[in-house]
Formats: sequence, structure tokens, C-alpha cells
Amino acid sequence: MATQVAEIISDDIADIGDYRSNSLWRMTLRRLFRQRSAIVGMTILGILVLVAVFAPVIAPYDPTQVLIGVEDVKRREAPCIHMLGCPTDKPQHIMGVDGNVRDVFSRIVYGARISLRVGFITVGFAIVVGTILGAVAGYVGGWVDNIIMRLMDVLLAFPFLLLAIALAFVLEDIIGRGLTTAMLAIAIVSIPAYARVVRATVLSVREMDYVEASRALGASHFQILFGRILPNALPPLIVQATLGIATAIIETASLSFLGVGAQEPTPEWGYMLGSERNQLFSAPHLVFYPGIAIMITVLAFNLLGDGLRDAMDPRLVHSGVKQE
Amino acid sequence: MIQYTVRRLLLAIPVIFAILLFTFALARMIPGDPCKSILGEKATEEVCEKFTRDHGLDKPIPIQFAIYMGNMLRGNFGDSIRFSRPVALILVERLPMTVELGLSAMIIAVLIGIPAGILSAVRRNSAVDVVTMIGANIGVSMPVFFLGLLLIYTFAVLLKDTPFALPPSGRVSAGMSPTPFYEVYGWPVEKGTLRFNIFTFISNLYLFNSVITGDWELFWDAVRHLILPSVALSTIPMSIIARMTRSSMLEVLSQDFIRTARAKGVPERLVIFKHAFRNALLPVVTITGLQLGAVLGGAVITETIFSLSGVGRSLFEAITARDFPIIQGFVVVVAIIYVFFNLVVDLSYAILDPRIRLD
Repeated sequence: MATQVAEIISDDIADIGDYRSNSLWRMTLRRLFRQRSAIVGMTILGILVLVAVFAPVIAPYDPTQVLIGVEDVKRREAPCIHMLGCPTDKPQHIMGVDGNVRDVFSRIVYGARISLRVGFITVGFAIVVGTILGAVAGYVGGWVDNIIMRLMDVLLAFPFLLLAIALAFVLEDIIGRGLTTAMLAIAIVSIPAYARVVRATVLSVREMDYVEASRALGASHFQILFGRILPNALPPLIVQATLGIATAIIETASLSFLGVGAQEPTPEWGYMLGSERNQLFSAPHLVFYPGIAIMITVLAFNLLGDGLRDAMDPRLVHSGVKQE
Repeated sequence: MIQYTVRRLLLAIPVIFAILLFTFALARMIPGDPCKSILGEKATEEVCEKFTRDHGLDKPIPIQFAIYMGNMLRGNFGDSIRFSRPVALILVERLPMTVELGLSAMIIAVLIGIPAGILSAVRRNSAVDVVTMIGANIGVSMPVFFLGLLLIYTFAVLLKDTPFALPPSGRVSAGMSPTPFYEVYGWPVEKGTLRFNIFTFISNLYLFNSVITGDWELFWDAVRHLILPSVALSTIPMSIIARMTRSSMLEVLSQDFIRTARAKGVPERLVIFKHAFRNALLPVVTITGLQLGAVLGGAVITETIFSLSGVGRSLFEAITARDFPIIQGFVVVVAIIYVFFNLVVDLSYAILDPRIRLD
């Protein structure tokens, strides 16, 4: 008898254990790992992070080192890979040499640091500001909501990149030209997307009973908004942020390509491509490698973002519509 | 429907007002003396005083804004600083290029994106589906500038001297220039009039102009020049449209009325196009409309790479050179076009889905 009871209890405990492991986040994670695209995205991303972290170990040269007088290489020399039959008495540059006689491979490797930083910082800034604006707009409502959201509408009334270019020029007069300026411009232009996501969640949850209950228990507005309401906005925010990082990287690279972003000698991929684009006919490697690097990085975030969206949207999973 | 259209048009007024306010503020936010930045650093005290008076810059800000708004609404965008020509004239010369580029990019995107999405959904998890979705994922991740340069490299370098070679830059080949239709037909126009501006706009739509004047050689040449830039610009919208079509179709295809249709023996072709696609169209139209902004933004880069002087490139150069009259005029026009297209998308819902009642 006693052993039976003990068994039942231990079964119950095991159930509780199961229940715990079935929490929303774990389920999401499990679903995420079942998706091919998300796994491919995470793998690429993992490699990129490793490349960024171990850049000094991987890169054979300093990314800004001019090799004139150091080695026997010419400007914009094509890639020389010893394994592929390049004479071994020549220095090896697996992605060639750029217009300032620097090793392109080293610049690409260090560029991973810049691009990842651009993605995370830009989106981080946009999320913080967007969340605060959206949360206040949705929670306070009334004219505050109206003013904030109309301001967002005006930002959305302009094509993304054009607005970012204009902002970059305004900011340039204040904080100077450079990558930071471009990042700030892209971040500001991205704010409305996050503000809208957060506001929508706040509006849908604001009147729910549990919120009412914590208000009755004497929770402050701050506690209710940040402790009770905003956690609901996390899943859509995470998806939006992952896809947003992809956009931020591609658009910051576009600004740098146009010459409004990163400046010499920063090994930023968009800038590397832009500054050598007229050499397309004579030295195509200077265009290909940075381009491919941007594409792969952006692809990784897009794949992961798609995977996250599918994993976090229970509607899609249960209806069996989309589970690949 | 009419009521709703009118109401939406009225609602667009505050948005346009805000856009005007925004461009006005943007120009005022740029540090420095407007006189010095427009007339140059060497402008003397007297010249600057006259300039300030002429442009009403000595008046209170609200009155300045009223003057500015009045000018903008009358299409009086002022003169470009760099070119010393009316901004409106520059606009009617350059907007057509971007219109042609943007339209052909959107047409390519829709014509390939939607069928690819449908095929992908119908043959779900087949090789076609996998290939399409991999392509779409790469498509959205491909920077326009990289794709444009890849296309140039492929079609102007690798395939040079083959029948597939395509020109890498410009709107028409050197030595070719279109004759405006009003000259061909001998319609008199006076420079500086509204009629002249409209005619200039139309005649700068090279494809349209060469069709109505029957200049087929030029038409073909212009088409060849348009292919690479429009393909580069179309990739991102195409991928997004294909993905949206696929997921929207999948959702509709799993619904009961589709099973009913199949059960009562409706041919599969009809099930897909009449029953499913019609219902899956709404999100596709929304996303297509939203791509317009991406196309306008992408036009800056595409026009830069393919050496085309359209609105995007001109706007970028004007921003670089602080040519405020061009910036303000172009930005206002671009924003109004954008707002207008969003309105068209909203109105199209009612036509596509009779269940949506707009009033």
C-alpha cells in the first residue's frame, strides 16, 4: 500500500517534471530545432560568431595593414591560393588584395565583427526605444497614443532607405560621418516596426482579467506594464528582431556602399564593395567576396527568423499547415 | 465604397500635411545659415539680407511654413541650387525613368513571384517547392547592389559578344535619343507651362513614347537597357511575394470549402485558381503594395549602379550636395506617391473580397 502510494506520488512528480519541461519556451525551442531552415540559420550564425570572436587568430594579416614594401604584391592582385596551384614563392592571399594593397580575406574576417555588431546594436536600440514608445502609447491611450502613433505613421510614409539616407545626412552634421551615424539612422527608421508590435500586444492584453487582478492587488502602473503586460510581447518581438537584424545589416551595408556609412579604413563589407565597384571588370574578386559575405550573414538571420516565427506561432503548428 | 474612398482621401490630408511639416523641419534642422548653404560661403551681407527677405526667412516660423506649404501645393518647388533650374522641370524629366524602372520591376516580381508561390504551395515539399523556397530565401538576403553588379558581370562581361549580352548602363545606347511625341505630331507647346511639364513627363517615359511614335528600334533598345536594372530591383519583392503567396495558399488549401470543392468534383485547376487563389490573394496584394517602398528605396542603389538618372539617384545626389529645393520637392512627391499607392491597396481589398465592407 505504502509503496503504491509512493509510486503514485512519484508518478505525479514525474508528471510535474514533464509539465515543467513542456513550458512555452521549451516547446518553442523544441519546435525550433525541428526546423531545417532554423538549424541551417543557427549553424551559419554560429560559424559567423566564431569567426568574429577568433578573427585575430583566423586572419593572416591585420585588416588595415598596407602591404606595400612588406610583400611582393601588386594593387588589386587576384587571389593566390597555394593549394590551387599558385606558385609557393608568392605570398598567399586566398581572396586577393584590394586597391590599398590589403589582404581581402583578413578584412572579410574582421568584417564579420562589424556586421554582427551593426545588427545587434542597431536593433537593440530600435527595440528599446520602440518598446517604450509602443508600450506607453498602448497603455496610456488617448492623445498620447495618437501623437506617438501618428509620428510613427509619418516615419513609415517614407521609403525606408531614402529616409535613412536623409537622416544619416542630418546626423552627419551633428556627430560626423561614419558607421555610427549610419547605424543610428537605420535604428531610428526601424523604431516604428517595434513600436507597432508592442502597442498591438499591449492593446490586446490591457483589459484582460489577470491585469485587472494585479491592479486590484495594488500593483503600480510600472509593475503592470513591464511585469504583467510586456512579457506577452516577447515572442513577436523576438521574431521581428531577428528579421530586423537581417534588414539592419543589409541597409547599413547599403548606406556604406553609397558612401554615407563606414569610412576608410574600416573593413565594413558594404563599404569594401562600394569603394571597389568600378573595378568590377578588372578585379571582380573585390566585389564578389564582400557581397557573398553580406548575403550569407543576412541569409542566416532570415532563416533563423522564419524558423522562430513558425516555432512561436502555435496556430500554424496545430493546424498542421506549416511545419517544415 | 465611394464614401469610404472620399473618407480615405480626406484622411490622407493630415498625413500629407505631416509630410510637408516634416520636410520643412528637416531643412530647418540642418545646421548652418540657409543663405550661406544655398548661395555659397562667399555670399555677402547685403546679398544674404536680400535672400532672407525674398524667401521670407525673416518672418515667424509659422508664417514661413504657410508660405512653404502654399508653394508646395501649387507645385512651385523653387529652383535647384546646383542646376539653377526649376525643381518641377527636373522632376518631370527624371521621375519617368524611375516610374518605368519601378513598374517593370514590380511586373517581373508579380509575374514570377505569384506563379512560383502557387506552384510551391500546390506541390508542397516537392523538389519544385524546395528549390523555389531556397531561391526566395536567397533572394530576400541578396543586397540589391551586389545582385546588380553580379548581373552586370554576367551579362556585360562573361556573355559579351554573345546574343545574350545586355548593356550595363544608361537608358538607351549612345547616339540614340527619342523624339518627343509632341514634336513628331507637331503639337505646339510653350516652355514653362503646365502642359509642357506634362508632355515632358510623358515623352520621358521612353517605352511609352517610342510606342506611340512608332519608333520600334528605340523601343527595343530601351527594353534591353531596362532588363538588368529591373531584374536586380525585382528580386527582393519577387521573393517576398512568392513566400507570401505560398503560405497564404497553404492556409486556404487546408480549409473545408476546398475539400468540399474537390469532393463535388470540381477540376483541380479550378479548385486552385478559382476557389483557393481568389481567397489567398488578399495578403498577397497587401505585401505587394508594401513592396513599393522597398522598390523606391532600392531605386537609389539600382540607379547608382546602372548609371541612370532617376528620382532615387537625383535625390541621393541632392542630399549629398545639400540641394534643399530638390530634396524637399522630390521627397514630397515620393511620399505622396507612396501614400497614394497605400490607398489604392486598401481600396483594392473591397474589390478582391466582397465580404470586406469598407464603410
